Parts: sequence; C-alpha cells; structure tokens
Amino acid sequence: MAIVPKKHEMPTQEPAVRAHNFDEVALGYPVEIAVEEAKRCLNCKNRPCVNGCPVNIAIPDFISRIKERDFEGAYRIISEYSSLPAVCGRVCPQEEQCEKHCTLGVKFEPVAIGRLERFVADYHNANETEPPKKPESNGHKVAVIGSGPSGLTCAGDLAKRGYKVTVFEALHTAGGVLVYGIPEFRLPKAIVAKEVETLKALGVDVQTNVVIGKTLTIDELFKMGYEAVYIGSGAGLPNFMGIPGESYQGVYSANEFLTRSNLMKAYLADPETPIMKGGRVAVVGGGNVAMDAARTALRLGAEKVYIVYRRSMEELPARKEEVEHAMEEGIDFRLLNNPVEILGYRNPDDLRDPKNGFVTGIRCIRMELGTPGADGRRRPVPVPGSEFTLDVDAVVIAIGTSPNPLIKSTTDGLNVNARGGILVSEDGATSRDAVYAGGDAVTGAATVISAMGAGKVAASAIHARLQAE
Amino acid sequence: MYRIITRKEWNPTVTQMEILAPMVAKKAKPGQFIILRVDEEGERIPLTVAGTNPEQGTVKIIFQIVGGTTEKLNHKREGDFLQDFVGPLGVPTHTAGIRKVCIVGGGVGCAIAMPVAQEFHRLGAKVTSIIGFRNKDLLILEDEFAACSDRLTVMTDDGSYGRHGNVTVPLKELLEAGETFDEIVAIGPLVMMKFVTLTAKPFGIPVTVSMNPIMIDGTGMCGCCRLTLHRDGKNVTKFACVDGPDFDGYEVDFDEAMSRARMYGEFERHAYEKACNLFREEA
Ligand SMILES: Cc1cc2nc3c(=O)[nH]c(=O)nc-3n(C[C@H](O)[C@H](O)[C@H](O)COP(=O)(O)OP(=O)(O)OC[C@H]3O[C@@H](n4cnc5c(N)ncnc54)[C@H](O)[C@@H]3O)c2cc1C
Ligand SMILES: Cc1cc2nc3c(=O)[nH]c(=O)nc-3n(C[C@H](O)[C@H](O)[C@H](O)COP(=O)(O)OP(=O)(O)OC[C@H]3O[C@@H](n4cnc5c(N)ncnc54)[C@H](O)[C@@H]3O)c2cc1C
Ligand code: SF4
Ligand code: SF4
Ligand code: FES
Repeated sequence: MAIVPKKHEMPTQEPAVRAHNFDEVALGYPVEIAVEEAKRCLNCKNRPCVNGCPVNIAIPDFISRIKERDFEGAYRIISEYSSLPAVCGRVCPQEEQCEKHCTLGVKFEPVAIGRLERFVADYHNANETEPPKKPESNGHKVAVIGSGPSGLTCAGDLAKRGYKVTVFEALHTAGGVLVYGIPEFRLPKAIVAKEVETLKALGVDVQTNVVIGKTLTIDELFKMGYEAVYIGSGAGLPNFMGIPGESYQGVYSANEFLTRSNLMKAYLADPETPIMKGGRVAVVGGGNVAMDAARTALRLGAEKVYIVYRRSMEELPARKEEVEHAMEEGIDFRLLNNPVEILGYRNPDDLRDPKNGFVTGIRCIRMELGTPGADGRRRPVPVPGSEFTLDVDAVVIAIGTSPNPLIKSTTDGLNVNARGGILVSEDGATSRDAVYAGGDAVTGAATVISAMGAGKVAASAIHARLQAE
Repeated sequence: MYRIITRKEWNPTVTQMEILAPMVAKKAKPGQFIILRVDEEGERIPLTVAGTNPEQGTVKIIFQIVGGTTEKLNHKREGDFLQDFVGPLGVPTHTAGIRKVCIVGGGVGCAIAMPVAQEFHRLGAKVTSIIGFRNKDLLILEDEFAACSDRLTVMTDDGSYGRHGNVTVPLKELLEAGETFDEIVAIGPLVMMKFVTLTAKPFGIPVTVSMNPIMIDGTGMCGCCRLTLHRDGKNVTKFACVDGPDFDGYEVDFDEAMSRARMYGEFERHAYEKACNLFREEA
C-alpha cells in the first residue's frame, strides 16, 4: 500500500470566522479520518515515537486499536500512562516530542499522534457516561497543593489506590493554567471541568479558596492528619522586563490579561471583570503564552495585534500549530525586535485628563543574530541606531514566569534552587520529610505532559512510602 | 459557599458583615485582607479583615458602596451566601517595637485602620487616632476608635461634625508642637496618604501606608497590583497583595498608583449603573 505522505488535515474553523469567536479552533478528526490516519502508522519494531513522549505512552499499540476501530481499547491503553489525554492531545508540543521521533517523519510528515490521542479521548468522553467507581479506602490521607495538571494527576493516581486525597486550590476554580491561562479556543474549559468531576467521583475532595502558606501551612496539614503532601503549585509569578514605562495603564502581564479573559470570563459580552478590548496591542514574547495572549486580544476586538520577539522565526518556542494559526488569523509578527521602553501619555497641565497614564506606544530596537553562544543558539544583538516606535494602546508582557515563593517562604526546611524551583530527587521527594513536589513548581514553566508525569511519579513514591510504614 | 451571619448598615454607603469562614477567622491578623466573589459571575474584590471571632468562625468586613460589586454585595442579607471568600492574604501590619503610634484614617479607610489601632492598643502602645470624613453622615466607628485610642480627633471636610478640615491639619499641629511618634500609620484614599506622608516628612517620622490597588488573584500570580517604590535611588516593583498591603510611605510612588487606579474608570461607571438598574427593576 502506498504511503500517504501527509498527515490528514485537521478540520478547523475558518480563520476569518474564528478570529471573532472564542470557540475551539481545531474541530477534531471524524471517525473515518482518524482510522485512515491511524493506518499511516508503520507499527515500527523499535518504537522511536514512544521514547519521544515524556510519559512513554505505548503509541503504536493505541494506534493499532484505532485501526481496528476499538476506540475504547485505545483509550484504555493511553490511560495507563496519561490521565489527561484530551488535554495533552490538544496542547502537547508534539513536533518536539513523540512526532519528532516518528519514523515516517524522516521522509514524510510524521503520524498525527497528538490528533489521534485527542480523537480517542474525545470519543471516550462522548460515549462513556458511567462515572468511575469509588475505590475502597485504605485509610491513609494525602494533601495535594494546587489543582493544575500536576496536582490533579497525583490526586487521581492516589485516589485510585484508595487514598483519601484533598486538593487545596488558591483560586475559585480548579484546573491551574488549564483554566486561567490556556484560552477556551484552544482548550475548552468543559474538558477540564470533566476531569475534575471524574476526580470527585473517585472520592477526591477539592477545596478551592485555600492558599497554602496563608490559610493553612504545610506543617498544619501534617497536624490535621495528612501523612504526605504533594506540592504542585506551578510557576505563576510573572516576569517583567525592567524597562521604563511598565506601569502605564494598559500594560499587562500575560497572566493578568489571560486570567481576566479566561478565569474571570471577561471575554463575554457584558462581563463584571474589566479588560481592555479593541485598539492596537503589542504582545512581547514568542512562546505559547504570547500566542494565546495575542489571539485573545484579537478575539476581544483588537484592530491590530503584534508579536514582538527578539529572536527569529526558527527560535519561536511556541507550538508550531499555534504559530501557524496565529499567522492565518492575521497576527503581525515583528521578529528580531526587542522592546526598550513603553511610552505613555502625560498631560502635566491637566491632571484630570482621562488619557493620562495610558500607553501610547512601544519603542523597540532591531536585533541581528550574532555568533552562536554556549548553547549553540545564535544570540540576538541590537543594531545600533535602529530604534523605532510601534503605536499601540496596550502591551502584554509574555516573557515567562517563575515559581511563586509563597510556599517556600512559609515552610521551614524546604530547599529551592536559584530560580525558586523546589529541589527534588528523582521520585519527587523534597528536602522535607513526606513532602513531594513536581510540575512547574520544580522545573519552572514547562509543559502539561511533564507536569502530569511528575504527578504520577510522586503518586507512586508516596504510595510506596506509606505502604512501607 | 460562605454564609452571611450578621449585617449592619453604618450609614447609607457603608455596610458591615460577618461571614462564616472558620479557616480565615483562625488565621487573620490586623492588616490582612480577604478576596471575595458575590456570585458565580462575580468579580474578585479585596476587602480588609475588620475583625475576627475565631470561636464562632466569623470574619468581619466593612465596605463602602462605590461600584457594581460593592452594590451587589450590599444587597445580600443575613443568611445569604457569598460564592467565594479566600484569605487571609497579605502581610500583617508590623507592630513590634512600636510604643507610640499615630493612626490616621480617612473615610472607609477607617474600617481598615480600626483593627490596626485595636491591635496597637492591645499590645500596650500609646495610640493617637485622627479620623476624617467628608461629612457627618459618613462618620463611622467613632466609638470603636474612642475605645482603643488614648487620644482621638474627628475631622470633617465640611465641618458638619468634629473639627473642620482634613486629617493633616491636626497631625501637623501635633508635630509642630513637638509631639513625636515611633510611627504614623495612614490608611485611606491615596491622596490622603500622600499628604500625610508629606506632612510627616520634615519631622522624619516613619510613615506606613496601606495600599489598595486593583487586584485579581491576591497570591502574586497576575501582577496587576504592582506598584513602584523609590528605594536607594532605584525603582523597585512590588506586588501589594503579597509584599503589602503596607508599605513605607516615603518610598511609594503615589502619583503612579493614582493613575493606575483609574485604569477602568469608564467600565466601572457602567458596571455600577448596571447593578443599580438591576436592583431598581427588582424593587
Ligand atoms: C498561557 C499558557 C499557555 C500554555 N500552553 C501550553 C501548551 O500549549 N502546551 C503545554 O504543554 N504547556 C503549555 N503551557 C504550560 C503548562 O500549562 C504548564 O506547564 C502546566 O500547567 C504546569 O502544571 P502544574 O500543575 O505544575 O501547575 P499549574 O497549572 O500552574 O497549576 C498550579 C496550581 O496551583 C495553585 N496554587 C499555587 N500556589 C498555591 C498555594 N500556595 N496554595 C494553593 N494553591 C496554589 C495555582 O492557583 C494553580 O491552580 C502553557 C502555559 C500558559 C500560562
Ligand atoms: C488590600 C485592599 C483592602 C481593601 N479593603 C477595603 C475595605 O476594607 N473596605 C472597602 O470599602 N474597600 C476596601 N478596598 C477597596 C475595595 O476593594 C474596592 O472598593 C472594591 O474593589 C470596589 O469594587 P466595585 O466593583 O464595587 O467598584 P469599582 O467599579 O471597581 O470601582 C468604583 C470606584 O471605586 C474605585 N476603586 C476601585 N478599586 C479600588 C480600590 N482597590 N481601592 C480604592 N478605590 C477603588 C474606582 O476608582 C471607582 O471610582 C480594599 C482594597 C484593597 C486592595
Ligand atoms: S502525551 Fe504528548 S508527547 Fe505523549 S504521545 Fe501524547 S501528544 Fe505525544
Ligand atoms: S514511529 Fe511513527 S510510524 Fe513508527 S510506530 Fe511510532 S507513530 Fe507509528
Ligand atoms: S493581585 Fe495578582 S499579583 Fe497581586
């Protein structure tokens, strides 16, 4: 049978339409296309794709089930490795992971592993209506801090083993970045809500509005009878650039901008939480967060949206598909440009002038790629005298986040590295007895799948520890 | 969900409630705040903890009706529930080593200042309180301040009660007469705090101010509460929700804070009218 050289195309909303709504962009493979795509897989003996997946999903095995139209069978295989396939199938940077290693990808396009994973998960979610059975309790109590992918996974794995798990979440809705950061058009919130409902059906107690370090400390959790604690508090602390003008009105961190839109639903027609809509917007950065912010601004009604990034297209760290989607939607990429100052309106003669203090522009300097640095990446260097101004009404800064120091500063003996990441051994154990950690709180901003993987590893370690006692 | 146990109107624009939130009640210290949402669609707003009853598990809040969310909150009754209530957030007010303190409160800022004054009094410090309001109708907490202050001056902008003028007048008189304090704590509108700081400056007395920027999460995640401090010739960015809300008045860039507070002016007016119309239709 002749090899089909390209991935089957993903049905998507038309760019001109989707640029004005928050509905999901990629619509998912229909059954027949999924089966055809699955047939592209060569079922390689050495399974290179599996090594590319951070949690080593048995990729050719689940794809074989799709070929046989045993979609529930495919789902069972994936769920041995991943608790969030509907999420990871959508947001994994597949081109850097499983698909990068696919044999087919050497000559042709790789198998669309992520899309197939999403198909299987969506099929299961649409057809499986019975809630999971609550496992028999083993009498042990474990506390999980944070309800992002890492915490949810750790909680789920422990609950399935019979632990009484409580998840403590600082915000009013569970899901971490999956609900406050990643927008609806890329990851519908109903998917995350369903995962949380499944956990509750397994007996997990999800307590929102509890900030560990403030409402309760880790030491108090032990006094309350929890025998182990997992910290999955993420990397929520936004970085700023440290350039003049960052306090003007209309300058947002990406976290603020996306939280207002997603968690606080400011994208709705007449929201209670305000956000700037319309105008011209510059988003600084080149990762997934920057793409999400730019496309959110567009959907909120911006007439012009720029991505300002100091390196070139090749170095853009965002998922390839998101960059393509953003370009199709008309986001203006200004690459090899670095912001040096944010400009604002000042009317010293009339302090009551309502425009006072608002952003008017962003000054950038052009960059060239110089000689490669120690990491092999060519460093961008400024071109002297090349400054120019983009006229904008808002600036969103998406240049990264760091682990929040709140838990570290309220927990004695918890060691962190220079960047604030919690130090852990291979099984997720921290410097504090019976305290484990994983996900972005350890690594700094990374990926959903790696955060999920860390939650699984720690759940096994906690189980081994408590069974040994 | 968090039950409203008691509700009391101080005057037409200021209401007090006690909310059942045992974990917060057990932990909160003067100077800390909570964030609440009235209902499922609601905005998150910060309010200071105005007192706690750890035995009954209740937390007292006192709020001024200034916009859409506070208007909606004011329509809730005893026995009703609030959607979300999280805290205590922020750093408690620094009290160690302060034997002689002047508390300056302006408007609803007095609700924030009152538990601070009570705490200093409880710790045995000598408390001078100066509280100011636009007019007599807006006066709140006079008895409470009288009970925890060694000396109390009430000011109104229009002279309809107490002394005529704003709070910096008696403060300046005291300082010029040679009175000294280990610290002045100013809590109220940004302009008021700015001018208290300027008044104290020639006398070199430390001033602590309680900043109240717009907030969302209150945990250091969004950065929307950021403010600039001028420290050792450099500009330092701090987040009011985790580094504050108390800051050294001499370091704070008040003009920037005032500018940032106006960010959503137009939106807020619309939200307020919407909330008012909603209740008018119901009535
Ligand atoms: C806008 C955006 C887009 C992204 N896009 C992608 C993508 O396409 N693909 C991808 O793989 N990754 C993406 N990422 C990264 C990915 O979302 C994160 O790596 C992942 O969510 C980390 O999971 P986590 O569980 O470690 O932490 P988080 O998801 O950050 O969850 C941590 C949770 O802990 C809570 N918390 C924090 N402190 C406390 C406390 N003291 N007490 C109680 N609760 C606390 C927080 O409120 C939060 O809910 C994106 C991130 C962002 C911000
Ligand atoms: C740490 C902290 C503690 C606070 N404690 C109290 C308290 O104990 N009692 C109390 O009444 N208020 C307090 N506030 C202010 C309170 O949060 C706001 O009044 C409230 O968010 C207004 O919401 P709204 O939707 O009703 O009005 P909005 O529509 O948001 O605003 C209406 C008007 O109020 C002004 N405003 C908005 N936000 C603030 C703010 N953060 N501070 C001052 N003015 C503002 C606006 O400029 C506008 O003029 C505190 C704020 C902070 C940050
Ligand atoms: S979890 Fe991510 S990396 Fe692993 S197979 Fe699925 S899409 Fe690929
Ligand atoms: S490497 Fe590609 S073709 Fe080979 S088994 Fe994996 S998915 Fe199939
Ligand atoms: S309120 Fe979000 S960081 Fe302070």
